[in-house]
Amino acid sequence: MPEVLASPTPSPASPAAVATPSLEAVALCKSYGTVRAIENLNFTVKRGEVVGFLGPNGAGKSTTMRIFSGLLAATSGRAYVSGIPVAKYPDEAKRHLGYMPEHNPLPEDMRVCEYLDLRARLKEVPRKKIKPRIEEVMEMCGLQHKTRRKLIGTLSKGFRQRVGIADAILAEPEVILMDEPTIGLDPHQILSIRRLIDSLRGRLTVLISSHILAEIEMCCDRVMIINQGRLVAVGTSASLRRELLSRTEWRVRLKGEVPAFEQILPEVHAALRLASCSAPDDEGFVEIRLEGPAQETGLGEILLQALARHNRWRVREIALVEPGLEEIFLAATKQGDDTLAPATRQK
Amino acid sequence: MLAVSVAAYSAGVLFLLVMGLFYFLVLYQYNDSLRNDAPTAMYFQVFWVPVLFVVPLLTMKSLAEERRHGTLEAMLTTPASTLEIVLAKFFAAYFFYIGLWALTLVFPLIAMNYLAPHTPDSPLRDTASMTGGFLFVCISGLLYVALGILASSLTRNTLVAGMLSFSILLILTIGGNVLLHFNWQDTPFFNHFHAVVDYLQPFQHLQDFNRGVLDTRPFFLYASNTILVLGLTTLAVEARATH
Repeated sequence: MPEVLASPTPSPASPAAVATPSLEAVALCKSYGTVRAIENLNFTVKRGEVVGFLGPNGAGKSTTMRIFSGLLAATSGRAYVSGIPVAKYPDEAKRHLGYMPEHNPLPEDMRVCEYLDLRARLKEVPRKKIKPRIEEVMEMCGLQHKTRRKLIGTLSKGFRQRVGIADAILAEPEVILMDEPTIGLDPHQILSIRRLIDSLRGRLTVLISSHILAEIEMCCDRVMIINQGRLVAVGTSASLRRELLSRTEWRVRLKGEVPAFEQILPEVHAALRLASCSAPDDEGFVEIRLEGPAQETGLGEILLQALARHNRWRVREIALVEPGLEEIFLAATKQGDDTLAPATRQK
Repeated sequence: MLAVSVAAYSAGVLFLLVMGLFYFLVLYQYNDSLRNDAPTAMYFQVFWVPVLFVVPLLTMKSLAEERRHGTLEAMLTTPASTLEIVLAKFFAAYFFYIGLWALTLVFPLIAMNYLAPHTPDSPLRDTASMTGGFLFVCISGLLYVALGILASSLTRNTLVAGMLSFSILLILTIGGNVLLHFNWQDTPFFNHFHAVVDYLQPFQHLQDFNRGVLDTRPFFLYASNTILVLGLTTLAVEARATH
């Protein structure tokens, strides 16, 4: 008898169920011959979280997802889905998981409703529940009306992605894995998929792999960054920003003498320096970029006071430039594991 | 998918046309020179034509195309096991193949009722050879369809799968017959295998079935090899999907 089934199965709302992570990787490794695709991967994803799985192409995102979905066997280490070891009980683990593979393969010659019906039967949805459940997911994914009877081969990329997501959530799994769900979509389609993922928040645990950083930043509660098969950073965008970036940046738009402005910077902070300055615009305003030490986000107010004291410039804007996930990603993937701050490692 | 596919019905109609032509030629030949065998027994002698052409066409897409499109991978992420998926593919193709053959039984029935309506001892009314022949098609079809599914599991290319299936079935159906026609039967090496080749001859089995001899050995041969081939197919799918 499976060890997870030996004890009474916790109901979804029970404290035991909440305490069990939806996904857990313990020293997970996968090698293809001499090439190590992933190496010593350790992480957990809690119930109800929407987590982004970021990494450059070939970093090991898809390999990790395929191991969790039971498609690939890990070389060593363990992967758990809802506390169930995938290698030992793959069928049981698959009952708790919905997986949307990269490029979302779908049969071209089936109609949307026929395909979902087939998938529901494959996923062991009780016979009586199949029809209402299909209606429910089609409504959630915007596939009702004309689309439901259309051949999948005639659907646009956006609708095909919706069919993939509808399939992933069809059997009401605890966890869904989406491998590059917005790849090849136009901005409108990306927005609708993002809304769809948002609607799942709190109900399901979602792990989304992508290298589109803006999408991950907007959708996800937490981000995991993987590079060359190793997990190099885990946290929220804000915490990663603090921990990974060594400087903060401000944008100042003003009119007046720039060299004189540069001279007052030490009054604000000894480490504050002018990084760049644009040519004056039609009104004579220049855009100046300032760089200061990390985590000194209150310098803007001091700078404003200094400018007011000297009263030699017309100031239009002083803004802290929030580094995007792109900078975090670049910083995390540039650094080797050894140079990373311990706080950024898996907590 | 086969049951709702227009292509499947088109293939069915074409199959009936071809087999109808074969049955007509059998009747024509029978009329020209009276034979010992009943027309139905002669009709089932051409079973190798559908085996060589229909089985590869039916099975070549089953797993190869699923793998090429990635839909096999999507299927393997469901709780359905690899064996269940292979069995589903196998039975879908097998029942379609048997269904096509079952439709061709209309030809002897039409001949029976319209060409010899009041002659009970007419060779056209030989229901024993019809039942035996159809039973042979059902039993041998198990192995032939399983081999087609195995060929489809070994490659992503449907054309390669079809050709592989065709080659295996060609060797299995008429290979032994060709071998026995050569003059090397007297060589010591061949003597050892003569009994084996003879035992594997599907035409020999068909002849027995047509005569109403239901030997358990062909049943065992086809059933056991079908299980073996389906087991190998499951291993092939698992090996290619999970590594």
